[in-house]
Amino acid sequence: MKIVVCIKQVPATTAEKRYTDDLRLDRASAEAIINPLDEYAIEQALRLLDAGTVDEVGYLSMGPEQAGEALRRALAMGGESATLVTDPALAGADEWATAAVLAAALDKLAPDVALMGMASDDARGSLVPGAVAARRNLPLLSYGAELALADGQARIRRLSPTGFDWIAAPLPVVASVTDQVGEPRYASLKGIMAAKRKPLDTWSLADVGLSAEDLRSGALTRVTDARPPEAKPPTERIENVSADEAAAKIADWLAARKLV
Amino acid sequence: MDFALSPQHEEIRRTVRDFAERRIRPVADELERRGEFPMEIIREAADLGLLGVPYPEEIGGTGLDALAYAITVEELSRASGSIGIIVSAHTSLGCNPIWLAGTDAQKEKYLRPMASGAVIGAYGLTEPGAGSDSRGTRTRAHRDGDAWVLNGGKRFITNAGVAGTYVVTAVTDREEQTGKISAFIVEADTPGFSIGRMEEKMGLHASNTGELIFTDCRIPAENLLGEEGEGDKLFLRTLDGGRIGIAAMALGLAQAAYEAASAYAKERRQFGKAIAEFQGVAFMIADMAVGIEAARLLTYRAAWLKDQGRSYTTEAAMAKLYASEVARDVTNDAVQVHGGYGYVTEYHVERYLRDAKLTEIGEGTSQIQRMVIARNLLGVRAM
Ligand SMILES: Cc1cc2nc3c(=O)[nH]c(=O)nc-3n(C[C@H](O)[C@H](O)[C@H](O)COP(=O)(O)OP(=O)(O)OC[C@H]3O[C@@H](n4cnc5c(N)ncnc54)[C@H](O)[C@@H]3O)c2cc1C
Repeated sequence: MKIVVCIKQVPATTAEKRYTDDLRLDRASAEAIINPLDEYAIEQALRLLDAGTVDEVGYLSMGPEQAGEALRRALAMGGESATLVTDPALAGADEWATAAVLAAALDKLAPDVALMGMASDDARGSLVPGAVAARRNLPLLSYGAELALADGQARIRRLSPTGFDWIAAPLPVVASVTDQVGEPRYASLKGIMAAKRKPLDTWSLADVGLSAEDLRSGALTRVTDARPPEAKPPTERIENVSADEAAAKIADWLAARKLV
Repeated sequence: MDFALSPQHEEIRRTVRDFAERRIRPVADELERRGEFPMEIIREAADLGLLGVPYPEEIGGTGLDALAYAITVEELSRASGSIGIIVSAHTSLGCNPIWLAGTDAQKEKYLRPMASGAVIGAYGLTEPGAGSDSRGTRTRAHRDGDAWVLNGGKRFITNAGVAGTYVVTAVTDREEQTGKISAFIVEADTPGFSIGRMEEKMGLHASNTGELIFTDCRIPAENLLGEEGEGDKLFLRTLDGGRIGIAAMALGLAQAAYEAASAYAKERRQFGKAIAEFQGVAFMIADMAVGIEAARLLTYRAAWLKDQGRSYTTEAAMAKLYASEVARDVTNDAVQVHGGYGYVTEYHVERYLRDAKLTEIGEGTSQIQRMVIARNLLGVRAM
């Protein structure tokens, strides 16, 4: 049984982001990390590997060449091999185009489960898992707090307002998991050394049977504007007064805004 | 000239920092309060490969270099000085004499489990009468058939009681009184070997510092490490590498103190503004940053020289001397920036100050570093 975890390299959550003139993120300007929500997918896959439920974990990423670093880092956490799909024609790919590329690559890799995080930290579209499943015409098990595999079936436990649901589908499936999976493991220095020896394949668009033309017709969205969040109004401080006085001032402040 | 760390070294820093922030920092104060050796964390660190960073994979190590090792100790110490000294004493003092002078059989038997982190190592040079001057060594070893018999004791030994393998020095005169010192490998459970009292220290409470006692302690002849009479040289050579470890430890403590002080200065308000807006405070922070930057460059360069296979004795002493004095000043000023809150335990900076003081003493005091540096520069033997 084989899982391929799809991971995205994103700018560090806390990094200040800059945009290029055509409104794309300037990736060189910020430290790049594995999308933190994908680390839960990695953790889930590696737990199944540790338990002997699956015998192979691989990784797949679409992105610029430097996304290979994210794959190496994933390999330092565990797993066997990784594939990077990179091509000049992919610059600016939106969710739909990304899904087209991942789906084509997954067709080649043919895992039992294509596993993803629940969203990416930079775009937060949450569309890719569904779009990949649609492209591949496979069942989607989304937002799992846990993934279980047995008897030719994949099941996820999904939190619901009343408790949780178990949702099952026959393999192969596309699945996504949440941070309920549990803390991702630490990469280790031993793992970093081992990762250097693990295979990391680089595929072009042609290698997955797509052309730049396929993608142009595949891109459905366009960024029209990007600006930093509006500055918050300055904090009002109530200082150097007695507790009673401070409480009264806070109550007045809240009342004036109809918050109490 | 390239001042940037390689992507791999950046990756190593991120990895160790991630572990230190998630696993060590939240419990660092508690570890100090309990004053117990943090066995569980050290085991986890071993699993991650943090206990054998600069040793080749073929001998059980992690297969990285001296720079990676310095970064590792720096990041661990940024979270806890105790963990920093435990790892540093194990790696550069415990393992290194065996790596430098061990036979293949000794490396296989002793270094492999140490470099893989399964067994903790310790290094016993210091004695009551032999501190800065190892020629004061009184521990003796005499040959008896196919064994060496050790008598005497060591003091201030890091990892005493938790180590499985000890490398120690002893005087091995036969008939002639040459005062020659040799090195030996002693297993923890050797009859005649025991651990004496543990020191109560100013800081680094979660690390063990204790006495080693040898009473007719018989060790097999093959546990002589290196040539007979060459132990002194071997142990001094070991200290060259160890000083990079202590410099890195100082760096990590200084970095932690600096970060705490900058954050606090921006947050704490007096006279209607953040105290960072007062020049008297802001300049302290600026000086901290300059000192740390310079100390880091010296430390990484000494490690780089070692990795290049070039001579690094003087540079390691410079790094150790400078980084430890920067750590002393930075941690002291960090307490000052915090005012009364710095003097109480809640804000951690008093811990950094107490821990940093050791870096001016262990593995050669600042005075001894100056001596080493001056000797090498001036080419004079005396002093
Ligand atoms: C927490 C801790 C951990 C330690 N871990 C280890 C360990 O794992 N293994 C080990 O072998 N040792 C260890 N040590 C011992 C440490 O290396 C010694 O304490 C150190 O080398 C100084 O020796 P001393 O304490 O005897 O001081 P002394 O040598 O007595 O020095 C006293 C003072 O005299 C100064 N002085 C001495 N000689 C000269 C000189 N020629 N010129 C100018 N000034 C001089 C010194 O600089 C110092 O200021 C540890 C010590 C501590 C506190």
